[in-house]
Amino acid sequence: MLDRAQAPSTEEIREVVTPLAGLEGPLLPMLHALQDTYGLIPEGAVPVLADLLNLGRAEVHGVISFYHDFRDHPTGRHVLKICRAEACQSMGGNALAAATLKKLGVDWHGTTADGAVTVEPIYCLGLCACAPAAMLDGRVVGRLDEDRMGKLLAEVRA
Amino acid sequence: MKIYVPMDSAATALGADEVAKALAREIAARGLDAQIIRNGTRGMIWLEPLVEIDRGDGRMGYGPVTPADVPAILDGSAQSLGPVEEIPFFANQTRLTFARCGVIDPLDLDDYAAHGGLAGLTRAIAMSSAEIVQEVADSGLRGRGGAGFPTGIKWKTVAEADADQKYIVCNADEGDSGTFADRMIMEGDPFTLIEGMAIAGLGVGATRGYVYLRSEYPDAIRVMRAAVKIARQRGVLGADVLGSGRAFDMEIRQGAGAYVCGEETSLLNSLEGKRGVVRAKPPLPALEGFLGRPTVVNNVISLATVPVIFEKGAQHYADFGLGRSRGTVTLQIAGNVKHGGLYETAFGLTLGEVVNGIGGGTATGRPVKAVQVGGPLGAYMPVSKFDTPVGYEEFDKNGGLIGHAGLVVFDDSADMLQMARFAMEFCAVESCGKCTPCRIGAVRGVETIDRIAAGDPGAADLLTDLCETMKDGSLCALGGFTPFPVMSALTQFPDDFVCQKEAAE
Ligand SMILES: Cc1cc2nc3c(=O)[nH]c(=O)nc-3n(C[C@H](O)[C@H](O)[C@H](O)COP(=O)(O)O)c2cc1C
Ligand code: SF4
Ligand code: FES
Ligand code: FES
Repeated sequence: MLDRAQAPSTEEIREVVTPLAGLEGPLLPMLHALQDTYGLIPEGAVPVLADLLNLGRAEVHGVISFYHDFRDHPTGRHVLKICRAEACQSMGGNALAAATLKKLGVDWHGTTADGAVTVEPIYCLGLCACAPAAMLDGRVVGRLDEDRMGKLLAEVRA
Repeated sequence: MKIYVPMDSAATALGADEVAKALAREIAARGLDAQIIRNGTRGMIWLEPLVEIDRGDGRMGYGPVTPADVPAILDGSAQSLGPVEEIPFFANQTRLTFARCGVIDPLDLDDYAAHGGLAGLTRAIAMSSAEIVQEVADSGLRGRGGAGFPTGIKWKTVAEADADQKYIVCNADEGDSGTFADRMIMEGDPFTLIEGMAIAGLGVGATRGYVYLRSEYPDAIRVMRAAVKIARQRGVLGADVLGSGRAFDMEIRQGAGAYVCGEETSLLNSLEGKRGVVRAKPPLPALEGFLGRPTVVNNVISLATVPVIFEKGAQHYADFGLGRSRGTVTLQIAGNVKHGGLYETAFGLTLGEVVNGIGGGTATGRPVKAVQVGGPLGAYMPVSKFDTPVGYEEFDKNGGLIGHAGLVVFDDSADMLQMARFAMEFCAVESCGKCTPCRIGAVRGVETIDRIAAGDPGAADLLTDLCETMKDGSLCALGGFTPFPVMSALTQFPDDFVCQKEAAE
């Protein structure tokens, strides 16, 4: 991943998205490609995408803001997504989430003071038969309790 | 010796990768002649990681396995579950759609073909478009994504539409809590979905397909992309599908974390690169779908069931089931349950048989209080409704819906007022914003439930009125069906709404 502090240039953004221009309905794949590259949708992407796809800037902005996945601000070094949906709740997911947030000293969408972890809610990971579940940087974990969650977080904060 | 360690994400979430690594280390250290195969899951999630060892006399199961168990398993001294296919949870199923899931290496196309794969597509290639559509109609297959619409009728509409380009779009947004059948088949037997989409393409005259796959499933995305590549290399997809002279190709597209994009018209907008706002119907997607072209939108399980219908014949499939619910239902037993997992069986078992008989009751050992069937828009079924048979019409008659056939079990510690509140909160977070009763109503719903909790005597009637408004004034089932979980909680578990009030007084 590139240095997130440094805003990419128009040319760099073009380089990431242009190979996808031939797709039918290319905007979501382009946004995913940008976020995979920069960890967020860079501010400078809106005019580039609008120009490339012949859309208004407001329209591109509207698409970005519609989806929970796309963000315009950086995350911590790791992203922990805790499932808030019903099956996880039935196995104590609410208490686990509350304890985890408290321990990290953040609220939903918040990032720990050391910049290590951002915590986000997620609604079902398809791990509902081994709840409660979470995903840490794309790695899934099931049947969590405070102890396992603690070990998991210790791993990434070390 | 062959050793199977699932790569399904439920298994890896419980440590299957660590077990596979420990096995590889130990095999090397002992100089054993053994091959580790990463299969899909059998669906017995409480036994995951479930390791299977075939020493030439069938597949013996061990589970749940930790890395520390590995030496004893290789010694043959560990306690075995016996032959995996004789475990009652597995043996009692009718596995049609999931016949290969957990059995084969998901990305081994030869293994796939050796277990009946491609037989359906081969048969379909020899049939006319009309015959293919008729076969699906005769099977009685109804959409497994939620609405239960007859798949044959949908295909017929698209087949008869005149257009230079038609599409097959697979709905793999699987956002409902308690459901994971789509994920499991995409990770465990991806070629089944590809084959089903190819048959659909031949049937309706579509040469292009898309799988809209939620971003919450990175493992499924990886497996599906790899499978599409292999299928293309081997001529299952492309300009000349299995030498038929007819074309079909497909792409995997990643969603972006919006629940409402599981609704088919919202999904199509999203696929086109727009905001995932629900479209008014008509026009039907079958006539004006993706990019305004005739489009089949079907759920993963609907499409993944097509190959076995063609392999074994429509009648074979239709012979299973109850009333107008034909074939098998892929139950996903989840939440606070002892034996959670995927259970494929003919329609017709009662809810109680599923929860208590197959599921074994709660994981905590406490009494069952409620079961939410059909995801976040499904009703909370109390134990008094446990004699309801699993069938579309049967559930409807009892105030419930089957949806994508996920069941979330709750024990007696569940607070149904909080569950009702969550349903409203979820609707507020996920609303596409098009209708006021959904967008604003859901926010009011949360506030009203908080007032009930605070002891406001008139708030329950207000909530009931609000639910009526949402039901009548919402364009899609997000706003229109959120009243199901809310009102079922309020009417079936009134104590949870009263106690709070008294406690506040
Ligand atoms: C809010 C909402 C979410 C939905 N989510 C899904 C989903 O995740 N997967 C799915 O297959 N169908 C979902 N549906 C149903 C689809 O609109 C549509 O009926 C289905 O994809 C058709 O395929 P089928 O006939 O094979 O079931 C959803 C509907 C609504 C209203
Ligand atoms: S009911 Fe809600 S989600 Fe559905 S179309 Fe209306 S605003 Fe959108
Ligand atoms: S990520 Fe879904 S609510 Fe913020
Ligand atoms: S509800 Fe949490 S993984 Fe499905």
